[in-house]
Amino acid sequence: MSLLEIHRLRKCFGSVVAADDIECAVERGEALGIIGPNGAGKTTLFNLIAGGLFPDAGTIRLDGRDITAARPHQRCIAGVARSYQIPRPFDGLTVFENLLVAAVHGQHKTEADAVQLCGGILDRLGLMRRANTLAGSLTLLERKRLEMARALATAPRLLLLDEIAGGLTESECDELVGTIKELRSTGITIVWIEHVVHALLAVVDRLMVLNFGKKIAEGDPTTVMSAPDVRQIYIGIEA
Amino acid sequence: MIKAVSPPAAKTSGYRIETRTRASHAVTAVASALVIFLAALPSFAGRGIIEELIFVFYMAALAQCWNLLAGYAGLVSVGQQAFVGLGGYLLFALTIMAGIDPLAAIVLSGVLAAIFAVPTALVVFRLRGAYFAIGTWVVAEVYRLVFAQFRQLGGGTGTSLGPDITNTVFGIDWVKSMFDVRAPAARDIISYWAALALAVGTISLVYFILRSRLGLALGAIRDSEDAAESVGVDNWRVKLTIYVIVAAATGMIGALIYLQTARISPDAAFSVLDWTAYVIVIVVIGGIGTIEGPLLGTIIFYLLQHYLASFGAWYLILLGALAIAVMLYAPKGLWGSVVGRYGLTLFPTRRRLVVQKGALRSYRQEA
Repeated sequence: MSLLEIHRLRKCFGSVVAADDIECAVERGEALGIIGPNGAGKTTLFNLIAGGLFPDAGTIRLDGRDITAARPHQRCIAGVARSYQIPRPFDGLTVFENLLVAAVHGQHKTEADAVQLCGGILDRLGLMRRANTLAGSLTLLERKRLEMARALATAPRLLLLDEIAGGLTESECDELVGTIKELRSTGITIVWIEHVVHALLAVVDRLMVLNFGKKIAEGDPTTVMSAPDVRQIYIGIEA
Repeated sequence: MIKAVSPPAAKTSGYRIETRTRASHAVTAVASALVIFLAALPSFAGRGIIEELIFVFYMAALAQCWNLLAGYAGLVSVGQQAFVGLGGYLLFALTIMAGIDPLAAIVLSGVLAAIFAVPTALVVFRLRGAYFAIGTWVVAEVYRLVFAQFRQLGGGTGTSLGPDITNTVFGIDWVKSMFDVRAPAARDIISYWAALALAVGTISLVYFILRSRLGLALGAIRDSEDAAESVGVDNWRVKLTIYVIVAAATGMIGALIYLQTARISPDAAFSVLDWTAYVIVIVVIGGIGTIEGPLLGTIIFYLLQHYLASFGAWYLILLGALAIAVMLYAPKGLWGSVVGRYGLTLFPTRRRLVVQKGALRSYRQEA
C-alpha cells in the first residue's frame, strides 16, 4: 500500500477541467516531482490533496485511509503538510511562534513539548537567527524556508512543496536544494511542484508531467524529460 | 500568576520559551496593588465616584469582550447587544420568576447566554465579513423583538426590579453594617465589586486565552485563515469557542448592568448604540488587537463623556469624528501607535525562543 493513493481525481472550474481523472501513487520515502506549464492544474492538485479544495469525483487515500472528505486541519493531523507557492507566513507572529502554532495544533503537543522540535527545525533550516523576529519582516528566501519549517513542525508524513524554489537566485536555490536533500535523508515523503526543473531533478526519484489537468507522462526523470511530448511543452521554457 | 518558563525537562536540551519581560513583572505588581486599592475604595470614596466607576468597569469589560471577538478572532460583530440584553433579561427572569439571588443570577445568566450563543453561532457563522456583521445585528434585533413579547417581563415597555429583590442581594447586610450606609448605597457597593470582578476577570480571561494554545491559533487565523488550517488549526471550532466565551462574559456584564439600573426595557437592553457602537469606538480609539488598547480607550471615552456629554448631539459628533480621525491617522489606535514606536507591552503574550549556546548546529559550524 502506497502512502498516498489518488484515484480518478476530478475537479472542474466551470468549463475548465483542472484535474482530469488523475491517477497517482506515492510510495513511502519517495520524492515525486510534478512539472507542467502554467495552468496545468499543479496547484489545484495540491489543494485537492491538502484539502483547500474538494474534488468533484475521485478519492484520495493517505496510508490506506480515505481522506477525500476530510477538512484541511484534519488532513494536517493525519500527516499532510504543505508550503504555499506565495508564502503565507503568520506575519504578526514571530518565526518561532509560526512553528509553535504548527507543532501545537498539527501534532496536539503542549507548548513545552513542542519547543525542542521547533528549535531543532529552526536550526536545521538556518532560521535560528530570525527565531524571535516577526515573520512579516523576512526576506523571500527566509519566507520560503519558513514555509518549509512550519510544514515540518506539524511532523508530516507527506510534505507538499509548491514552487518553493521559484523567485530565488541561483545560489539561494542551490542552498534550498541542499536543505531539501537533507530532509529526504530523514525518510520523509515529498511531492514537489516546480518550474525550476534543474532544482527538481537534483532531488526527485520520479517525475510526473501535467498539462490541461491531465497526467501526460510519469516515470524516471531523465526518461520523462526526453519524451517528445514533454519536450514539446517545455521548449522555450527550459533549455 | 503566569507560568512563563517551560518545565525543567525542556531546559536541559537547549531551548525554552520565555514570555515575561521585565516590564511585565512590574505591571503584575502595580496591577495587583491597583486592584486592591480599587476594592478598598468604597470605604473612603463617595457614592458618586462608585457609580461612575461601575460604568467605567463594565464598559472596559465589554470592550475587552468585543476586542477578543473582533480584534483577535476576526469576528466583527455589531450584535453584541444581543448578549447584553439577554443577560439583563435573564437576570430579571431569574430573580423575579425563580427567586434566585441577584449575584447568583449574574453567573447563571452568563451560563445561559453561552448556551444561547451556540445556536446563534450556527446561524451567523454561515456568513462572512460584512454579511456576518449585518447578520449579528439582525439576530440582536430578533432577540429584542422576542423579549418584547414576554408580558411577565413587561413586554415592550419593560419592567423594574423591586426593592424586595435589590435590597436582599447577597452580602448587603454585611456591607450596611461594615460601611455604615443605607440599602441603596450598600447595593451600589456590591454592584461596584461585581463590576470590578468582571472587569478584572475579562482582562485576565483574555490574557490567559492569548497565552494558551487557543491564543496561538487566534494569531495564526488573524494572519492567514488558509495557512492556519493547513497547520492543523480547526478555525471553525476556535472561533466558536471564542464566540461562546465572549457571549458568556457579555451576558454576565449585561446582567450586572441591569441589576445596577434595576429597570429594563427591550429598546434599552438591546441598544446597538450603547452596547456595541460605543464599545467599537472605545476599542478603535484605544487600539484593536491589544489588551491595553480597550483599557486606554475606556478611560478616554469616560473622560470625553464626563466633560462633553452636556453638549448633547455635539458630543456624539465629536466622538464619531475622533474615531474617524484615529482610523485614518493611527489605524492601530492610540495604544497601537505607542507599541509600534516603543515596543511597550503590559500584557506580554509573545513567546520568545531562548537558546543555550552550544546547542546550535549553526553556531558550531561558524565557530
